[in-house]
Amino acid sequence: MDGTGVRRFVLGLTPWIGAILLWYAVRWSGFVNISLIPAPHQVAAKFFELLTKEGLLIDIFASTRRVFFGVLLGILVAVPVGFLLGWYRPARTFADPMINFFRALPPIALIPLVIVYFGVDELAKLVILFYASFFSGVIVMYEGVSQITPLYIRVAQTLGANQAEIFRKIIIPLTVPHILTALRVALGVAWATLVASELIAAQRGLGAMIQNASTYFLLDVIYVGIICIGLIALIMDMILRKITARLLVWQDRAIA
Amino acid sequence: MTKRAQFDRVSLAFETPKGRLNVVEDVSYDIDDGDFIAVIGPSGCGKTTMMSMLAGFQKPTTGNVLFDGRPVAGPGPERGVIFQEYGVFPWLTVKQNIAFGLTLRANRVVASERDAICDHYLGLMGLSDFANSYPKHLSGGMRQRLAIARAYAVKPQFLLMDEPFGALDAQTRSNMQNLLLRVLQTEGKTVMLITHSVEEAIYLASRIVVVTARPARIREIIDVPFGYPRDESIQERPEFGELRSYIRQLVMDEYRAQQAQMRPVSFSE
Ligand SMILES: Nc1ncnc2c1ncn2[C@@H]1O[C@H](COP(=O)(O)OP(=O)(O)O)[C@@H](O)[C@H]1O
Ligand SMILES: [Mg+2]
Repeated sequence: MDGTGVRRFVLGLTPWIGAILLWYAVRWSGFVNISLIPAPHQVAAKFFELLTKEGLLIDIFASTRRVFFGVLLGILVAVPVGFLLGWYRPARTFADPMINFFRALPPIALIPLVIVYFGVDELAKLVILFYASFFSGVIVMYEGVSQITPLYIRVAQTLGANQAEIFRKIIIPLTVPHILTALRVALGVAWATLVASELIAAQRGLGAMIQNASTYFLLDVIYVGIICIGLIALIMDMILRKITARLLVWQDRAIA
Repeated sequence: MTKRAQFDRVSLAFETPKGRLNVVEDVSYDIDDGDFIAVIGPSGCGKTTMMSMLAGFQKPTTGNVLFDGRPVAGPGPERGVIFQEYGVFPWLTVKQNIAFGLTLRANRVVASERDAICDHYLGLMGLSDFANSYPKHLSGGMRQRLAIARAYAVKPQFLLMDEPFGALDAQTRSNMQNLLLRVLQTEGKTVMLITHSVEEAIYLASRIVVVTARPARIREIIDVPFGYPRDESIQERPEFGELRSYIRQLVMDEYRAQQAQMRPVSFSE
């Protein structure tokens, strides 16, 4: 790490240290019942205990895999659908209300139906995550694609490009940024939906762990679960941002 | 002289939410092989629309636009276009932008020749130092030169240029004008150029089409009394000055007419 790298690392760390201090402060302030807020060091101790004795890694893996495949499938469908909706204006006027209707439904409200139709196994959880990823991704895609200007296509045509070349050399490069944005949004939404999806008879997973803990009022376990979800979502987002920055060096906006 | 392009009683109206907007009205003129037509008129009068019918992006409402005797059906590489908004591809480097046309099936060349053509235009346009940069690092004037290089690289027989030198400083602008004259001298192209500079029109064109305030009609077509090759010395000639005053007067009249109709926007029918 060079000088600016160190500075950025320190700057990035500061708000976290601040949050932990605030956490202690709230505990010590006396405004809340101490037994309702485990201390950061207690949560950290619990984290290591779960990690070494209870197989926390298995939960992390189970949840990450669900999110990964839910997002992957959701985006695989959202990209072509969002592209077509963005590209053909009439299709958009036609499908817009429909998509907003379904997007507005909270996945948790769909759980009873999902159980009826898809059972209580892995598939049901995947369906919930797919649903959440698809509807958030498709909107980002079509908003983005509908804003592509026809200018570049016209330029390519005057240089002699045929339909296939226009698609490959103009439309794809212009669509990639929107795919990456859709992926990031879907990933965020999928992590937010994870706990709901694991309401469905999950044995393992961070959401399942949080729910089991809530039955026995194990606040420190709940905190560990929440922090794990946040951290993994953060790491995945950072990886995606790195990929985005690599793929989109040509773009104006600076990506950290 | 063979007729390359013809506007034959061409009118075009846009259907807008506020009604029908006549933009081009009853325009007729021919562009012969080797002609250099400059179109001049107030901004917003319909010059770009007129050109885009020949480029193949708009169809006339009535009348015909012909290229090589056939109605224009769409865009094609034999009619190179330099757009007013440049349209350089932001996801390609400067060199890749210039090479773009040469990688297409319509005018593919072997890699070594493509490199040679790119280097040639990079040098001509003063972009060699930026060959591997992305357009986001270029100034407006450099983007404009890049758009010009990209269009020249596929060597179209017919060039449609929409205010191509508008964003350039005076020095670069005159370099680009001289470069264009040189390219025409060696490659024998036909050109339709939109400009708002009377000097540029006289310096470059063989004929000047002065158009009216919107809807664009032909106000007058003026033959420029200078042959090619040309150099800057013609700008010192008395005929140049006389022609300039004459055309300026015409353009000023139409500019005022256009200003008068700008607010409130008037729509016919
Ligand atoms: N696609 C379009 N739909 C509606 N109006 C248009 C369209 N394109 C151009 N116009 C209008 O036509 C007029 C002439 O435009 P344009 O040809 O670009 O003018 P110029 O190039 O002479 O400045 C303008 O008033 C513009 O707003
Ligand atoms: Mg224009």
